[in-house]
Amino acid sequence: MNMNKTNAGGFNLLWLQAGGCGGCSLSLLCAESPDLQTTLDDAGIEVLWHPMLSEASGAEMLDILEAARSGEIELDALCVEGAVKRGPKGSGRFHLLAGSGRPMMQWVEELAQRARYTLAIGNGAAFGGITSSGGNPTDACGLQYSGERRGGLLGPEYRSSGGLPVINIAGCPIHPDWVTETLAQLAMGDFHDAQLDALGRPRSYSDHLVHHGCPRNEFYEFKASACEHSQLGCMMEHMGCLGTQAHADCNLRAWNGGGSCVKGGYACINCTEPGFQDPGHRFQETPKIAGIPIGLPSDMPKAWFVALASLSKAATPKRLRDNALSDHIIEPPRNRQREPK
Amino acid sequence: MSRRILGPFNRVEGDLEVRIETRDGEVAEAWVTAPMYRGFEQILHGKDPYDALVFTPRICGICSVSQSVAAAEMLRAAAGIERPYNGQLAINLIHACENLADHFTHFHLFFMPDFARDLYRRHAWYELVASRFKALRGEGIPAAMEARARFMHLLGLLAGKWPHSLALQPGGSTRAVAAQEKIRLMKILNGFRRYLERHLFGDSLERVAALGSEDELLGWAEEAEPGKSDLRLFLMLSDDLALHRLGRTDTRLMSFGVYPQQKAPLFRAGSWKGGEHSTLHTAEITEDVSHSWLEGQQQPRHPFQGVTLPAADPATGYSWCKAPRLAGEVVEVGALARQLVDGNPLVEDLVRCSGSNVRNRVIARLIEIPRVLLAMERWCHEIQPEAPFCQRASLPDAAEVFGLTEAARGSLGHWLRIRNGRILNYQVVAPTTWNFSPRDREQTPGPLEQALVGTPAPASQREPVAVQHVVRSFDPCMVCTVH
Repeated sequence: MNMNKTNAGGFNLLWLQAGGCGGCSLSLLCAESPDLQTTLDDAGIEVLWHPMLSEASGAEMLDILEAARSGEIELDALCVEGAVKRGPKGSGRFHLLAGSGRPMMQWVEELAQRARYTLAIGNGAAFGGITSSGGNPTDACGLQYSGERRGGLLGPEYRSSGGLPVINIAGCPIHPDWVTETLAQLAMGDFHDAQLDALGRPRSYSDHLVHHGCPRNEFYEFKASACEHSQLGCMMEHMGCLGTQAHADCNLRAWNGGGSCVKGGYACINCTEPGFQDPGHRFQETPKIAGIPIGLPSDMPKAWFVALASLSKAATPKRLRDNALSDHIIEPPRNRQREPK
Repeated sequence: MSRRILGPFNRVEGDLEVRIETRDGEVAEAWVTAPMYRGFEQILHGKDPYDALVFTPRICGICSVSQSVAAAEMLRAAAGIERPYNGQLAINLIHACENLADHFTHFHLFFMPDFARDLYRRHAWYELVASRFKALRGEGIPAAMEARARFMHLLGLLAGKWPHSLALQPGGSTRAVAAQEKIRLMKILNGFRRYLERHLFGDSLERVAALGSEDELLGWAEEAEPGKSDLRLFLMLSDDLALHRLGRTDTRLMSFGVYPQQKAPLFRAGSWKGGEHSTLHTAEITEDVSHSWLEGQQQPRHPFQGVTLPAADPATGYSWCKAPRLAGEVVEVGALARQLVDGNPLVEDLVRCSGSNVRNRVIARLIEIPRVLLAMERWCHEIQPEAPFCQRASLPDAAEVFGLTEAARGSLGHWLRIRNGRILNYQVVAPTTWNFSPRDREQTPGPLEQALVGTPAPASQREPVAVQHVVRSFDPCMVCTVH
């Protein structure tokens, strides 16, 4: 990295890890076709510093932070991964940036005032996420949200110098493309307010539901449900799947070459949403009232859903009923015309 | 005598600060600080035990599956069931994929770039190392990262995604494997094997796995040009810089054993000190908080009785990390300990010759890769697509159970007490909690604190590079350390 040529026509990126698990950076390293380094190079993004990619360590790294804080380096994109720890008692002492003696909270606040764009990477940085669960012992919050409430560390009115609120790339973890494509759009000057949804997430992925492209859709249509792990049926009725409510394109965009949570045989737990960490019931079990799941598709009238569900249940082909409870296809689809008479 | 504070260390997972006192340009004493606390154990209190499968992988983005393995194993014990063998094989494949990807990432992204620093430019191997491993510019990195991503397609198939999967359950795995999917898995394994044989080793996995002594290894290194084998390149620079004399420890080494198979696990459990193998007694594990920013326990406690509570008065102590001990002893964990405990002849010989040190830790990690990949090929063949992968598990209202496994960087344990169907106490002891532990009440420093003593730290270097080599040789994961 050559600091002198920083920002000379390029688009630079500073990535800090606040109180997260590092999983978003590791997911980012799964970028492929091409790999992460090539993807960033191709988009004209210069990595000023990233905790897993850069050579600079210790004092060398603090010099870079100091230069960005003072404005000596113009900072294009500030990516913050993980929730911000404000505790104990608002001191931020639960997370001191090593070697600096200062809370990460302060570094993030100051650098966000300098950044052209500020991005929250992962559900923690966006909304508080997993460590804000239960009693939230570290007073964890997102950059511009605490759960669904606007505010967070930087406050509801915050806009970066590029005129945008914090861009919330929520997910636990993020898909690598959600981040690299948003950064590339920013670098091209091709990203605007209208591309953010009501929670500040890029609409490129949040305009979809996890349900879109779900390989279990036929089971869903006929309410042929799985009752146990590893079974093929729809996981909404019993297994806690929130795919019909979760905003993300996980079944339209391959994870690790072809996967997704439901393709892996387990429920979508709605990890792009604020508050996903406290569903109020066991994650892998669907809460019900009078046998009807509580969490129905968000924009469908409940009475209609119940009526359609009972109708489709009555019409469920035996093939789907049997396959739903098996871990492999035991009855293949048939073509009636080819059946022996 | 002068004091310095070093940090933040990047190319380690999470946050790390090291305080050193130097004398005559060498580290005389070191204190290791984990400066971040997240409170997972507090958060888990009162939750449904099943939900540990959602929370604990999110302790760590790099050991995510290892956390799932420990939690699922612990809940399996609570449910009192056995897994269908298919489910265990799928879990082994998922776990091994994460662990090998971690070794691979550590070598290419975290450890080697330090030797591509300008200060080494006069060394004979520099041009080669810099051209392959220079941070953000090395020509070897894109190809290695692409190979890693393709290898992790195994996780897309078997675990849905990585990190943070729910495919690992007490009763097995959620994703059954169809007959033709075994072929896809084998293609993925073959692809990674090809990369390793062409670039990392420059030889067949079988040949590397069979190296049985230091002499054999060094003889093998002489056989071919280092330009065609990253392991040979590492051995060349390691010899030049005498990395076998850097970062030495002589503590007890321990492994919880990993990858259960029908008869015995692939790597056995136990501990080792001064040539003596011992059986592992987990009842002898305690955690001491005398130098931690924690309170709630006066004496060291076994994890079942452990308390994790931030101190109101942070004046005492210097880290959020606890000090785990085995029968009161400091313990080092990791690939070197795992291979040594398992009786790998090459690692036994390396440790006999020069102890645990920077070079030997890296070699142990690299030679573990072929050993595990060969086992993955076997496990893949053993899957029987028509047989079940998962069975139902129901948890009792009260239980006291634990789950042990090995993450890439060492021994990981979860301890759980269930009362009235809820989590009464959940304690995690992670690999780097052992390796980067602070002092205990006997004032005995932890493994890294011991390893750093004697490390060159000349005043002319703002960030002493040898300290960086020693720190990174442990492949630390700080987010696991304090959770």
